[in-house]
Amino acid sequence: MTQSSLLSVKDLGISTVQDPRTLVNQVSFDIGLGEAVGVVGESGSGKTLSALSILGLLPRGVEVVSGSVTFKDKNLLTLDTEELRNIRGNEIAMIYQDPMTALNPVMKLGKQLLEVIASHGGINDGSQNQVRVLLLEVGIPDVNRAMESYPHEFSGGMRQRIMIAMALLLSPQLLIADEPTTALDVTIQQQILALVSEARKKRNMSMLWITHDLGVVANLVDRLNVMYAGRIVESGTVEEIFRKPKHPYTAGLLSSLPTSTGTNRERLTSISGVPEKPWLVGNSCGFAARCSRAQARCHSEIPLTVTTDSSSVACFFPLGGN
Amino acid sequence: MKIPGVSRTLSVLATLFGISIFVFLVLRVIPGDSITGAFGIETGALTPGQIAELRVYYGIDQSLLLQYISWIHSFLSGKLGFAYSTGVSVATLTKSSLPVTIELAIIGTVLGVVLGIAIGMFSAKKPGSSRDFAGQLFGLLALAIPGFVLSTGIVTVMANKFHYFPNGYEYMTPWENPWMNFQQMMFPGLVLGIAVAAPVMRTTRSALLETVDKDFVRTAHGKGVPNNKVQFRHVLRNSLIPIVTMTGIQFGYLLGGAVIVEKIFALPGMGRQILDAIMKREYATVQSSIMVFAIMFVLINVATDVIYRKIDPRIKK
Repeated sequence: MTQSSLLSVKDLGISTVQDPRTLVNQVSFDIGLGEAVGVVGESGSGKTLSALSILGLLPRGVEVVSGSVTFKDKNLLTLDTEELRNIRGNEIAMIYQDPMTALNPVMKLGKQLLEVIASHGGINDGSQNQVRVLLLEVGIPDVNRAMESYPHEFSGGMRQRIMIAMALLLSPQLLIADEPTTALDVTIQQQILALVSEARKKRNMSMLWITHDLGVVANLVDRLNVMYAGRIVESGTVEEIFRKPKHPYTAGLLSSLPTSTGTNRERLTSISGVPEKPWLVGNSCGFAARCSRAQARCHSEIPLTVTTDSSSVACFFPLGGN
Repeated sequence: MKIPGVSRTLSVLATLFGISIFVFLVLRVIPGDSITGAFGIETGALTPGQIAELRVYYGIDQSLLLQYISWIHSFLSGKLGFAYSTGVSVATLTKSSLPVTIELAIIGTVLGVVLGIAIGMFSAKKPGSSRDFAGQLFGLLALAIPGFVLSTGIVTVMANKFHYFPNGYEYMTPWENPWMNFQQMMFPGLVLGIAVAAPVMRTTRSALLETVDKDFVRTAHGKGVPNNKVQFRHVLRNSLIPIVTMTGIQFGYLLGGAVIVEKIFALPGMGRQILDAIMKREYATVQSSIMVFAIMFVLINVATDVIYRKIDPRIKK
């Protein structure tokens, strides 16, 4: 944990409660003050679970089994309910994947927004205005009408804007965005990304972006963590990862990105095979079965994470050598 | 649908019309008539001439169609028909018995809903735990024990062991003697309340369990809303639709249950009025009283529809 680190996740392990199955294994990453960190990985890689565990929002039947999540010298995993509640929505806020289901369908939006303020110190005369200012900032046209409306009266993009306003209400130090654009149209995606990015710069807020889309985070984050089968396989600055990926999986991901220029586009490359279930990996590199560089060792040993300067990789035979 | 409520009103009227025919016919199908109802085994001693005169007196010499029309006419005129054994109109009888049943129904429903939701929440808090088991056991027992068993059980124990039986005294309205009325209503209300509570509890439990896993509940927790507020404002509020539906359905059963409970606890309500009238084959009394029940049930259904719109803004006006 560096001096300026705001949030430090260390050796996080997440597993199902019954018939224990490992879902996330030894995940560690730091987020510095004002820094934006991305976690990329495909479905089932454990990125969303890792994000949810920070605020203790894991679904029923899934629990943290090891590690620590340190936020400003406090281990969030051992806080009592009330202490954690004080942090939620206040110091750390979150925006979620699906805006269509993330809002209470039978509660007026104004009330849902005010609830954040009410839960942290209470409502006063200025609270209504505080909400209005935020709704304006995220681009809601008729603010007063919006506050009297219900979620079903808005489109997905608008609802995500409202979720963002809700998250920013108390100016959190850390904003966790769990694939906030996955459920939206491509055109809306860019607007939402720009909106969050803008709001972050204005507040000098730290951010954790969770996504499966490398293209989405490239311009939004300072550092990237690539997850595969419940582990972080590579991390580094965006520059390092895009220019010189070390883990074969990262390289595979990058080569599967479509380019937006040129007319004679080549067929996109794909990584053959299917992602391994984290609990079936056992004593091997989770990527070994799909890796063209894999050797006998990869199938019988878990590669340790090797850190050099600002980057790290968990691979026996990284690209570009060690 | 141009004018809101028109098709609704028509369907309600059609339902009531159907019920009126059904009740009318069912009463004629059961053996015996007003004469055997009034004279019992002495009917055998009557001469054919006397029987013919009595048939004219009770109006059962007419064709079924005429009998039906004359009853409907009397019902719509507000007299609800004539109760021969008491010598007054059914409307007069109902005026004193309906408030008793309504009071009982309100007590039963309120008790049932409060008890049902409370135990449902208690159970759903930790599914599979011993508290859930206790809650579910209550639900199962309350469903399994018939109201007449519970009623007679209460009467037996209270009267025999504790020599306490307020229903043994003359019935008092809440205006005459509120304390006595409360004591007389307490046990029958409880019996009906428990009958309503069981299905309400089971519906509440499953609706809550379904809702707690919803995304917006996670959002509420993520906002830092205190847990008890999350449970009431977000989880319970979104579970109300099935709970209201179940309560509306139970109200119908409650009216049926009132017939037996009123008899056991000697309450002069609609239920007892119907039961006594069936014994005496007083057609108009039975028919009109059941129509009053049917109208109450229909009104409750309309009320549930209004409540739906109140709790869920997505149900369009």
